[in-house]
Amino acid sequence: MLHIINKSPLTSVSLDSCLNTATGGDILLIEDAVYAATRGNAGETKLRAAMGRFKVHVLMPDLEARGLGDRLIEGVSPVDYGGFVDLTSSNKTCQSWL
Amino acid sequence: MKFGIVVNEGPYQHQASDSAYLFAKAAIAKGHEVWRVFFYHDGVNNASKLTEPPQDDRHIVNRWAKLAEEHKVDLVVCVAAALRRGIKEENLAQGFRISGLGQLVEAGIKCDRLVTFGD
Amino acid sequence: MSDAKKFMFVNRKAPYGTIYALESLEVVLITAAFDQDVSLAFLDDGVYQLKKGQQTKGIETKNFSPAYRALEDYDIEKLYVDKEAMEARGLTEEDFLVPVTLLSRAEMGKLMDEQDVVLSF
Repeated sequence: MLHIINKSPLTSVSLDSCLNTATGGDILLIEDAVYAATRGNAGETKLRAAMGRFKVHVLMPDLEARGLGDRLIEGVSPVDYGGFVDLTSSNKTCQSWL
Repeated sequence: MKFGIVVNEGPYQHQASDSAYLFAKAAIAKGHEVWRVFFYHDGVNNASKLTEPPQDDRHIVNRWAKLAEEHKVDLVVCVAAALRRGIKEENLAQGFRISGLGQLVEAGIKCDRLVTFGD
Repeated sequence: MSDAKKFMFVNRKAPYGTIYALESLEVVLITAAFDQDVSLAFLDDGVYQLKKGQQTKGIETKNFSPAYRALEDYDIEKLYVDKEAMEARGLTEEDFLVPVTLLSRAEMGKLMDEQDVVLSF
């Protein structure tokens, strides 16, 4: 399953809830959730730990818009909107953690 | 592949409608079909023809309408949510139609994927 | 029912502060009318939606919580609550308006994987 997160990990439990609940699969960070994919963010260790169980992707246009395009945590895969579409089609279902 | 999209937030206030639009555009560019976009909650405000953004900003309402016209995307506004928020036929933008929640369920049934954008 | 899809509605938001819980419930009832396989999951603050004794007179807002009791009339009986989320909010099963199934997070995750459509508002 593709899990789509759109909230900063420092203001919302969305990412935590997803990591604690979902069995695995792909995670895509969009909108304010892209901050979770940046080096030095307080949630970095948690995200790195989850990378064994999940493949983590980040929507680059959202990261670049926020001025952090050069801070991507190694191992997080950058995608554009086309890549976002591919992730939804390659997974049988998707869930937005709103 | 046949996609359904749900938009739960109004334009300009939240990025959801922009994200949904860019997703829809990318899906179409890849040869997929965007069968229906369903506007729910404050998302119904994406269908107001009274929308007038500053000249140098994107026109979110017209952008949806253009996509619908060019690629036969069915833009559906939930009637119950719309009436609550003052969206009616008289101020409905071109390219959108008002209908019931059943249209959302139908999108879930008929589409291969249903992707939700919200807060 | 052979061509019915499995729809899961994931509720993670508290009632009244925003309209999401109420409008989500409206979709749930419609989905059942389409003879789909419907389940509801309550995670995080979503568990507050099920709290008994909601009194909304003072905020001049309609109390929609009785609608959860009507779900069984629509043959919606699959209500799942994240046990950890419930406990983190000082609630027990007795606090809920309706009977629910308590799940561990691992069980909840597995159930999500079995769905065809997962909707969240």
